Amino acid sequence: MAHDDNSGKEVAAPVSSAADKYEGPSTGTAVIASDAFTDPGFPPHRERMTDLDPKADKRAERQVFTLFYLSIAGSIFAIASYIGFPIESGATGDLRLSTLTLGVGIALALLGLGLGAVHWSKALMMNEEGIDERHPIRGTEATRERAVEIFKQANEESGIGRRTVIRNTLIGALVAFPLPAVVLFRGLGPMNVNPVESLSSTMWKKGMRLTLDPSGLPVKAADVTLGSAFHIIPEGINDFHDKLERKAKAAVLLMRLDPKDLNPSPGREGWAYDGIVAYSKICTHVGCPVALYEQQTHHLLCPCHQSTFDVENECKVVFGPAARALPQLPITVDSDGYLVAQSDFNEPVGPSFWERS
Amino acid sequence: MTNLLTKDEAPAATTTPTKGSRFTAAASNYIEDRTSISGAVKEFGRKIFPDHWSFMLGEVSLYSFVIIFLTGSFLTFFYQASMATVIYDGSYVPLKGLEMSTAMSSSLHISFDLRGGLLIRQIHHWAALVFVAAIGLHMLRIYFTGAFRKPRELNWVIGFVLFILAMAEGFTGYSLPDDLLSGNGLRIIEGMVQGIPFVGTWISFLVFGGDFPGTAIVGRLYTLHILLLPAIIVALIAMHLVFVIVHKHTQFSGPGKTENNVVGAPILPMFAAKAGGFFFIVFGIIVLMASFFTINPIWNYGPYDPSPVSAGTQPDWYIGFADGALRLMPPGLEVVLFNHTYSFNILIPLVVLGLFILVVLIYPFIEAWITGDKREHHLLDRPRNVPTRTAIGAAGVTFYASLWAAASSDIVATHFQLSIEGVIHTVQATTILGPIAAYLITKRVCIALMKKDREIALHGYESGRIVRLPGGEYIEVHQPVDEYERWKLVNFTDNKPLMIRPNAKGQITGLQKVRVGMSKWFFEDRISPVTTKELVHGDHH
Repeated sequence: MAHDDNSGKEVAAPVSSAADKYEGPSTGTAVIASDAFTDPGFPPHRERMTDLDPKADKRAERQVFTLFYLSIAGSIFAIASYIGFPIESGATGDLRLSTLTLGVGIALALLGLGLGAVHWSKALMMNEEGIDERHPIRGTEATRERAVEIFKQANEESGIGRRTVIRNTLIGALVAFPLPAVVLFRGLGPMNVNPVESLSSTMWKKGMRLTLDPSGLPVKAADVTLGSAFHIIPEGINDFHDKLERKAKAAVLLMRLDPKDLNPSPGREGWAYDGIVAYSKICTHVGCPVALYEQQTHHLLCPCHQSTFDVENECKVVFGPAARALPQLPITVDSDGYLVAQSDFNEPVGPSFWERS
Repeated sequence: MTNLLTKDEAPAATTTPTKGSRFTAAASNYIEDRTSISGAVKEFGRKIFPDHWSFMLGEVSLYSFVIIFLTGSFLTFFYQASMATVIYDGSYVPLKGLEMSTAMSSSLHISFDLRGGLLIRQIHHWAALVFVAAIGLHMLRIYFTGAFRKPRELNWVIGFVLFILAMAEGFTGYSLPDDLLSGNGLRIIEGMVQGIPFVGTWISFLVFGGDFPGTAIVGRLYTLHILLLPAIIVALIAMHLVFVIVHKHTQFSGPGKTENNVVGAPILPMFAAKAGGFFFIVFGIIVLMASFFTINPIWNYGPYDPSPVSAGTQPDWYIGFADGALRLMPPGLEVVLFNHTYSFNILIPLVVLGLFILVVLIYPFIEAWITGDKREHHLLDRPRNVPTRTAIGAAGVTFYASLWAAASSDIVATHFQLSIEGVIHTVQATTILGPIAAYLITKRVCIALMKKDREIALHGYESGRIVRLPGGEYIEVHQPVDEYERWKLVNFTDNKPLMIRPNAKGQITGLQKVRVGMSKWFFEDRISPVTTKELVHGDHH
C-alpha cells in the first residue's frame, strides 16, 4: 500500500551515470566519469519477523496495547500522587517525594504512548518503502514568465518605475517612519542621569565608616587581626532604597597584612592603616566580586574568570584577563578607633568603559 | 505480510458501514465542506520521509521547543517578573526573612509551595538545555553530510539564526529567577557591554535602565523571553519546516536512491506514528531527567547581591564557549588612547566569536563559490568523501570545544589538582593549535577511509580464509561485495581543483586567483570513486 501513488513506476535512472549529455545547471568542478557505475536499483525487500510469523505479529500487537495501557496507568498514577503526596508541610522529603512520583507517573504516561506508537509503526505497519519524485525547486518556465508578466503589468499600472519622484519619496518616507520608534527607546534609561558620571563615583566619602557586609556594623582597626579579610560596605548603605546599585560599586574587601609586605607607590603610603588595606571588590575585568582571598600568597582571585590580584603590590594583576589593578580605598581611623574612608576611590571602580581615561 | 494486507483491507471490503465509520464520514464531510482539507491530505498525506538515525536530531530540537512552550506557559501563571523587594515568607526555611526580589520569591514559590511546580520548572530548564544541544548536533549533522548545499543554503541560515535565538532564550530565561548566579551572569554581560567602544556605556545604561542592577532588567528580559524571542522563533521554525516540505528531505546515497527521488516512509501512517511517538519519548525522557536530577537549585544560591559570589560558578552549558573565550585572554590587554579606553580583553573575544559565527553562517555560500556547482543536491555526502569540509568542521568543533573547556578551567584545576595558570595556558594552546591538529588528522583519516572504501569496492572484504596455492604461496581470499554494497562505496561526487583561466578580457583577476587557491586547497588531495573499467582491470590483483 505504500506504493499506491507510485505503483508501477520504475526508479529513475541515476544522474551520476548520465555523463553523455548533461544539460542541467553548471556542475562546477565536479568530475563526471563516463565509466562510472550505474545504480543497481532497490535491493530485495527484507521481511520482518512480524511479517513472516503470525505469532510474532500477535506478540507485537500485545506489546503495543500493553504499552498504551501502561501509559493510562501512568496518567492515573500521576494524578493520584498529586493528591496523595502533599508538600504543604514544607519538609524537603515531601517535596522530593511529590516531584519524583508525579514525574515518574507523567514520564510513564508519555513513554508508554511514545514507545507504543513507535513499536507499532516499526513492527506492525506496512514497511515497504515509498518513493516520491523530486522536481527542480524553481518553477516551470510558464509560471516564471507569468510572474515576470505580472510584475511588469503592476509596474505599468502603477507607474512606479516611470514616476521616479513618487518612488524615491516613498522610499524616503519608508526609511524615515521607523526613526521615531528608535528615538522612543531613549526612555529605557532615566533622562537626567549621565551614565559616565554615575560610573565614575561611589558613595564613599571622607569620614564614612567601613561597616560589615551585610550587618552594617562598624569595624574597629583593633578587630582586624593579621591575615584576616572582611567584606565591607559603606556606613548607612542599608537605609537606601537603591542599596544594590550602590553596593554594586562600593563593595570593598578589607585585609590586614604585615606592613613590611606592602609596597605602596609614592603618594599612596598613607592609604593604608597599620597594614590594613581596603580594595574595591568589583573586578576590573567584567565586574564580578573578587571575593576569594588567599591568605598565604596575599592574592585575590575572581571566581568568574580567575583574574588574580596581588595585594602586596597595590592589587596589580598577576594573572587572568583583567587589565587594571583593583582601585584602593584610602582609609584611616576616626577618634573612636573605627576604620573610616579618607575619600572616595581616586578612579572609577569596576569594568573599563569607553569614556574612562 | 499477507495477513497484514488482508487486515488492512478488511474494513474496505465490508459493505455495510458501522456506526463509527458513518460518524467519521459525516464529520469529515462537514470539515471538508468548510475547509477543502482533502487537498492538503492528498498533497501531504503520503509524502515520503527518508529514514536515518541522524535525522532525529532536528526532531528532538522541535519537540523540546514544544515542551519548553508548554511548560513555560504554565510557569508564567505563577512567576512574577518584578524586582520590587519583598521579605521571603515561603516554605523554604533557610531563606525565610531574607530580603529578595519578587522574581526570586515567586520562583521559590513555584519550587516549594506549588505542587508539581518544581517538576515543571525542572522540565522547562532541562528541555531548554536539550533544545540548544539538539540544535547544535542537528547543525553538525547538516554540515558534515553537506545537506546545506543548493537548494538548502537559506534554510541553513534560518536554522543558524534559530540556534543563536535559542541561546538568547536560554540566557534570558536563566536570568529571570534573579538569584545570585544569574545576577552575576548579568553583571558579566554589563561589564562586556561597557567594554564596547563609543556606545558601550550608553547601551548598558539603557539596557539596565540606569545603574546596575537597577529594577528594570528582569521585567525587560521577561518580555524578550516570553513574547519577542518566542514569536520570532515560532515564525522561523515555521519557515524552516515549510522549506523542508518544499525541498523534500535529503537522503543518504544507496541503491535505488537518486537525486531525483525520495525513498522512505509515507507520512500516513508510518512517519506520523514514528515521529508522533518520538515526541512522547523525548518528552518522557526529559520528564524523567527533571524528576531525578536537580537543575539550577536557586535556593542554594540565594537572592542576588552584588557583593558575594560562590567559587566554581558555571554558566549554562551553551554560554560556556563565550565565557571561556573571556577567560583565555592574557592580562594587560587594555589601552588608553586619546582619553578613551579600548578593552581588548573584551573586544578580542567578541570579534573572534563574531567572525566564527559569521563563517559558520555563510559557509554554504563559500563552498558553493569554490566548487561552482550549481546543481541541486539531495543525496547526502558521507563525511569521509569530502575530506576538506569534514576537516574544517573538525577544526571548528575543536575550537569550540577548547573555548568550552576554558569555561570550566577552575573546576578542572580544582578536580585534578592542577594550577589554574597551567590549565589556562594549556587551553590557550589547544585553542590555537588544536584546530590545526584536528584539521590535519581528520583530513588524513578521511582520505585513508576513502582508500579503504576503494580497496573494498575493487577487491572485496578480507574473508579471513588463507589459501595455499600450488606454488607454495599463501594468499587471503577476498570476498567481493555485492552490487548494492558496492554502489554505496562508489556513488559520491568527485571534484577536481579549478584550473586558472583568463576571463573574456584575457585577464586573470585577483578573485579568480583566490578561488583557484581555495579550490586547490579543497580538492587537491582527492580519491576518485572506483569506475567500472577499474573494477575489470582490478580483478587481477
